[in-house]
This record gives sequence, structure tokens and C-alpha cells, in this order.
Amino acid sequence: MRGLALAGVLAAVFACGNPLEVAHADTTLLNASYEPTRRFYSDLNKAFAARWQADQGEKIALYQSHAGSGAQARSVSFGLEADVVTLALAYDIDAIAERAKLLPRDWQKRLPNNSAPYTSTIVFLVRKGNPKQIRDWPDLAREGVGVVTANPKTSGGARWNYMAAWGYALRLHDNDEGRARDLLAHIYRNAPVLDTGSRGATITFTRRGIGDVLIAWENEALLVAREISPGDFEVVVPSVSILAEPPVAVMDKVVDKRGTRKAAEAYLNFLYTPGSQQLAAKHYYRPRLQEATEGFFDRFAQLQLINIEDFGGWAKAYQTHFADGGIFDQIYRPGS
Amino acid sequence: MVDHASSTLTASLQGSARRPLPLTESAGTRTALIAIALGFLLLSLLLPLIVVFAEALRLGFGSYWAAIGEPEALAAVRLTMLTALTVVPLNAIFGVAAAWAITKFQFAGKNLLITLVDLPFSVSPVIGGMVFVLLFGLQGVFGPWLAAHDIKIIFAIPGVIIATLFVTLPFVARELIPLMQKQGTEYEEAALMLGANGWQTLFRVTLPNIKWGLLYGLLLCNGRAIGEFGAVAVVSGHIVGLTTTMPLYIEVLYNDFNFAAAFAVASLLTLIAFATLILRAILEWRADWQLARSRLH
Amino acid sequence: MTGGAIAIRQRSIIPGFGLSLGVMLSYLGLIVIIPLCVLLLKASDAGWAKIWMELSSLRTLAAFRVSFGIAFLAAAFNAVFGFIVAWVLVRYEFLGRRLIDAMIDLPFALPTAVAGISLTQIYAENGWLGAALATGGIKVAFTPLGILVALAFVGLPFVVRTVQPVLQDFDRETEEAGALLGASRWNIVRRVVFPPLVPAVMTGFTLAFARGIGEYGSVIFIAGNMPGYSEIVPLLIVIKLEQFDYPGATVIASLMLVASFVLLLAINLLQAWTRRQQGG
Repeated sequence: MRGLALAGVLAAVFACGNPLEVAHADTTLLNASYEPTRRFYSDLNKAFAARWQADQGEKIALYQSHAGSGAQARSVSFGLEADVVTLALAYDIDAIAERAKLLPRDWQKRLPNNSAPYTSTIVFLVRKGNPKQIRDWPDLAREGVGVVTANPKTSGGARWNYMAAWGYALRLHDNDEGRARDLLAHIYRNAPVLDTGSRGATITFTRRGIGDVLIAWENEALLVAREISPGDFEVVVPSVSILAEPPVAVMDKVVDKRGTRKAAEAYLNFLYTPGSQQLAAKHYYRPRLQEATEGFFDRFAQLQLINIEDFGGWAKAYQTHFADGGIFDQIYRPGS
Repeated sequence: MVDHASSTLTASLQGSARRPLPLTESAGTRTALIAIALGFLLLSLLLPLIVVFAEALRLGFGSYWAAIGEPEALAAVRLTMLTALTVVPLNAIFGVAAAWAITKFQFAGKNLLITLVDLPFSVSPVIGGMVFVLLFGLQGVFGPWLAAHDIKIIFAIPGVIIATLFVTLPFVARELIPLMQKQGTEYEEAALMLGANGWQTLFRVTLPNIKWGLLYGLLLCNGRAIGEFGAVAVVSGHIVGLTTTMPLYIEVLYNDFNFAAAFAVASLLTLIAFATLILRAILEWRADWQLARSRLH
Repeated sequence: MTGGAIAIRQRSIIPGFGLSLGVMLSYLGLIVIIPLCVLLLKASDAGWAKIWMELSSLRTLAAFRVSFGIAFLAAAFNAVFGFIVAWVLVRYEFLGRRLIDAMIDLPFALPTAVAGISLTQIYAENGWLGAALATGGIKVAFTPLGILVALAFVGLPFVVRTVQPVLQDFDRETEEAGALLGASRWNIVRRVVFPPLVPAVMTGFTLAFARGIGEYGSVIFIAGNMPGYSEIVPLLIVIKLEQFDYPGATVIASLMLVASFVLLLAINLLQAWTRRQQGG
């Protein structure tokens, strides 16, 4: 009687597949990414698996892990065995190279376009009808406006948000750092909560109904406004924003150890193919390949884009603003 | 004697009284209390259940089956089952050993040991996961050694299992200790005097006696192992399809705005919870019956 | 009482002390004692300055206020309603009593994540109950009130299950005696029935409270998670872990561990008191 029951349970378990076998595949790849890319890579992985099957005649299983870009970079440095990383900014991958030496320092040159197959930018998402009349960055510093953004300490998108605001502030105040600080301090004072990742911030704004404006990745804002809750939210494009280049890289040490270099490199190269570029545009990323993505360009607003190089690159910007005791720490006091 | 006297007195008093004795609340009060209790329970228990299934089926049956049939969902189910199948037997062995040590012998420090066994039950599950990150993460105590030997615990399946082991540790022991304490040592001593050795005593005398309590403990342990969220969230690395258990997978779906799919997976867990409750009721009924039968001896 | 066998009282007749204690201690040591000690050690590694800074930060203090304060309210709420439910289940007969009795343990058996998303769906502003409440100006989800609802849910079975057995074994004769002596029903309940139940109620309350302060899964979906306002301590710990601020996380976790230990001791004492009341 008891034996039958036990046999029944085991049968049920194995009916769902052998729990110890990861997948009926010859190769597996783990892609550690930042939060908003979930749907994009879900679709892309299916396409790549099909292509790999066609080209190589073998099955490949692709796994995704998503978290705030900074947090993910640290996880990878501390043991999350990712074959490739597709993060929000180059600095996070630099940090992996620095801290864990999983790839060479000059990794960014190995793939076209600074290893960023698509770009995005920072825009605002507001509620239907834009009741607080949010038009541009100074409106975020106004009294009584609730601003939702993520935590720059863990989220890549949050750092792009911050630098976009900083860039605007410097332009507005003729490079007066003190007044730029004031503007940012007011913006962050209006932030009731900083989520760990940009998707968390999107959920706080759209699901939890907190705040009046979300500073978001353009692709997040378009996703929400067009697909998730059409009609409930509007995208507002600021006068100045920043060119965000989310890069991708192979983790050399990991792929050499696991023997997956060929697959990993093919995977990242696949991102630059016309099919993938179209997929990126479909998911509201700005593709590099103009020709293949003609039909999608109407969804992207034309705006003035500053570059992180204007601030001396991410290394300098990180040191100045986001390191412990940097400008962000000086202007943001949570819980008070 | 006293019982007989007082109940006769009561009966005679009731027979001759102008109003009945207030042995229970008035009908009005009773109805009100029942209404309050039922209303409260309806709101707090029944409503969430209804919501789970209603939301799961919001986009229709086709969507529901598709959500459950996704490879990532099946992988989550597999991982959850693997975790439960590993954790429950281990904690059962621990529970029996712990109950044996505590209830069959006298020694100092029993209370401290019992408190330690109960500790995972009262500590936040987040802490339950965190301690293993501190031990086995790359920055942790054993991190470098594990990395050198290419053993992955944190951000891999073993981490998920160990974290679940921690939070479910007390369940079997907590059921067995009071039960075996109540039963005492007479049966075992009798068996030993009749010539049985330790193992024979354990399997043929003790285990049958604690059968229902043990099953009860296994059931609770299993339920918690399947549903654990906080501890696993900290150690898993959120690799969808690999280290996401069903509760974690629900969070992944929910955070990607796939609400119906999240509730679909949640409905599976709810059905398991139902089964747990039904089995528990059956066990309680059997245990009562068992105890009643044993009193006749 | 077992009659019969001539019991030669030899304490060590039962074998397996070494083995069972050995298994128990090694298992406990590996899974519970060593990990928790590592936690405390890492916390103390942080140095007094960091420990003080961490524990006195406004954000940490607010989180403790939220977690402990709301857990207290939820446990009190459950004490009242749990008592009523236990009373009704033990003392009255009505249709479906057995079924309802079995369902009391649902919050215990249901995974916390399921409870979390389900409660959020009910109490969000466009939710099943939330919509009605919103027209009355009451916001539940994503406010501390939401946390209260979640903690009340997970703590529901505790008071019911601690009071039920005591109430069931209650000696009705004292009640009858009180009635014979002419007391009103309310006085009988208040002075005869209720006092012996107090230890059980308090045990249930403390169990619910202990569960509430550490609860994570059912709260994070329905809470607003705003620092200083609706952020619970377990979430703060997770945030610090995600920022890899291990010193901060271990310090806060250690304080929670100490609190859990203290509550455990309290629960054990209360349970002993309950047993004395029943036996005495």
C-alpha cells in the first residue's frame, strides 16, 4: 500500500521530466540580464534556439536571470555562473572585469557599436491626462510631485535616469554644479521609494499607484503605455535625455570552463542580425540596423541626446556620483 | 458522587425553575457570534481562494493550460517537487532522532535543545536564506574553498534545497516530541525486556505508535517545503527555469505583468494546500479514533 | 495508567542515546547552530561604529516600527476574532462546522506568495473589495493597512488553534455551579470561563506576533515598500543583501534573531503556564 503510494509519487515527479537533468539539451547558456529585458530575451532565445538547431543540428537550452544591473553584476562576480551578460551600462561589466576578472578589460571593443546592439533613452511616464502637467525635468523637482525611479546603487536604469537629469541640470545652469545638485536633490526628495531595479519602479508606479511620474527606460515606458495598460498612461519626452547603450559581453572564464564559447559568441552575434534587430525594435529598443527596422521608427521620439562621454565616461561619473559618499549619497536621505 | 448530586440538583432546579439556567448564551447572542465568526472567515479565508481561481481563469481555460504547460512552469514544478522529496525525508529522520533523544532519556539541557529546534520556525525566512549566503557565497566562509572545487551551492539548486531544509527543520520534531512524551517509555521498555534490540524496538514498537503524528508532521513539513518563498528568494539567483521554485516563479510572472499566468501557477499551489488540509483532517480523525481505541486496553 | 508489567526502573535500558543525540546535534549544528553563529559573528565583525549607525538609522528604526507595530496590531486583531471563532467552533453546532474547522489552517498551508498576490488582488484600488473601499476613501493595498491585512491573514490560525483544545477540555461543572449560584451568563463567561483561557490566548497572540514580524512573502506584494512608511524589516534585509551591504544586513538580521529568540522563550513560558492551568 505504502509502496504503491511512493511509486505513484515518483511517477508523477518523473512525468514532469527528470528533475536532475537540466534540459534535454546538449548545450546550455545562462544570460544574466537587467530587469526590463525579460520579454525581449524570451522571444530572442526562442529564435536563437531555432537558428542554432538549424545550423548546428543540436538543441540548446537558454536560461535567463533578471535583476537590477548593478546587483546582477555583483552576483556574477560572486558566483552566478553566467555565460553571457547583457547589462544596462558598460560600467557594470567593467566592474565584473575588475572584480572577478571573468573577461578582459578591453571587452567592449570585441563587438560592434561598443558592444551595444541596441540603444535606448530615458523618458517620463505619467498617468492618463497628465494631471500634474509634467513636461520636462524641472517639473520633477516641483513641490507635491511624486517621482518614481529606481535605486542607482543597484539599478542600471536608475543611473541613466540620474545622469540624464544631471546632464539637463548642467545645461540649464551653465555648468554650475551647485545648482545642478539642488535640482537633483529636489527631484530625489520627491521620490518616496527607490526600487532595486527599473522593473520594480515600473510596478510601483503602475501597479501600486504610487507617484505622479516615472522616470523610465524608453522601452519600459512604451511597453506599459502601448501594451500593458494602453490608455492609462502617457509617455512624455523631456527636452534633453541621454543616449543609453546597454552592452553585452561573453564571460570568458565561464565559457572556457564550460566549453560554451562557440555558442555564447554565436548568441551575441545573433543580436546584430536583421531578425534580432527587428525583434529589438518590436520590444521598443532603438536598433542599430536602420534598414531592417524601417517600420518601427515612428515609435521613437526625436530628442536631444547627450552622451556619457560628455561626463568623462562611466568610470569618472560613477566615482563622482555613485561611489560611497558620492554626490548621490549626499543628496538622498531615505526614510526621513 | 458529587457529579451525580449536582446534576440531579440541576435537573430538579431546571424542572421547577421559572426560567432556565444560563448554561449557554442566549439564542440571539449565539446567532450573532456565529454570524461574526462566519463572516470573518468568509472574508479572510474563502475570498482569497475564490480570487486565486477567478484570476487564473480570467483569460480563459486555453490561457490557463498554456501557462501551466510552459517549459519554465514545468521546470518550477519539478524543482519544487525535488526540493520537497529531498527535504521531507531528511527532516523526518532528524525529527525521529530528536524526539527519541529528548523523550526517552533524561538529561540536562533539554529545554535549550527544544528551543534550538524551534528556532527556524520563529526566525524570518529571509534570515534562513541569508545565513547560507554568508556560509557558501563566494564572499562567504566556505566560498573560496567551494569555488576552488567547483561546487556550486548559492545561485544553484543545492542552495535552494539547503535553505528549505532550514525553514522546514522543526516540523516533524515538533509533532513527535509532545506525542512521544505523552506515550512515555513503557512500550519500549517492555519490548526491550522481551528481548528486542534497539532497532527492532524503534521500527516495530515506537514507529507504529507514533504513526499518525509522524504522518502529520510529514504533511506539515511538505506543505512548508513546497510553499517556501523568502528563504529561497535570497539564495536562488532567480535563474528562471533552473532555480525558480513555484513560488518564485509566481513572483517572476507577476513582476512581468503576466497576472493570469501567475495566478494559474498559484492555483496549483492552492490545490496542493487543499489536499494538505483534507489529509490533515483525515489524519486527525484517524488519530482520535486510534487514541480512543488504545484507551480501551 | 498501564497496569501490569513489573517495571524495573533502569534509566539506561533504552538504547540509542548516543546515536540519536549524535544525529540530532550534528544535524542541528550543521543546519541551525553554525549558520546562525556565522551570522552573529559577521555582524559583530562590522564593528561597533557600523552597528550603531545601522541600528540607529531612521530607515531601520522605521522598519522595525512598521514590522513590530503592525504585527502587534494584527496579533491583537487575531486574538479577538480568533477567540470568537474558537468559541463558536467548540461550543456551538451548526452546518458545516467540521468543514470550517478544517479550513482554519488554510493560512498555514497556503504558500505565502499565493496569499500575497491574492490579497493584493482583493484590496488594490481596482480590486474585489478595494474598489468598494476606495469609494469610501479607504486605501488598503500598498499602505500599512495592507500589511495589517496580510499579517492578520497569516496569523489567523494561531489563536484559534491554541484556544480550541483548552476550551474543549474545559470543565463545564464550574459553569453550572456559577449558574446555580445565580450569576448571569455574561458574568459566568467573564469570570469563570475566560480567565483560564487567558494563557492560551496569550500563547496564540505571541505565536501570531512572532510570525508577523518575520513574514515576507505575503507582505511584499501588498505593501507599498516605502522606506519610513511601509517598509518591513525582512525587506530591508533583502535590499541590503542586493546592495551587497553585508555588514548592514547582518546587523539588522542579528537583531531580528535576538527578538525571535526572546519571543520563543516567551512562547515556551506561556505554553507551560497554559499546561499548568489545564492540569491545575
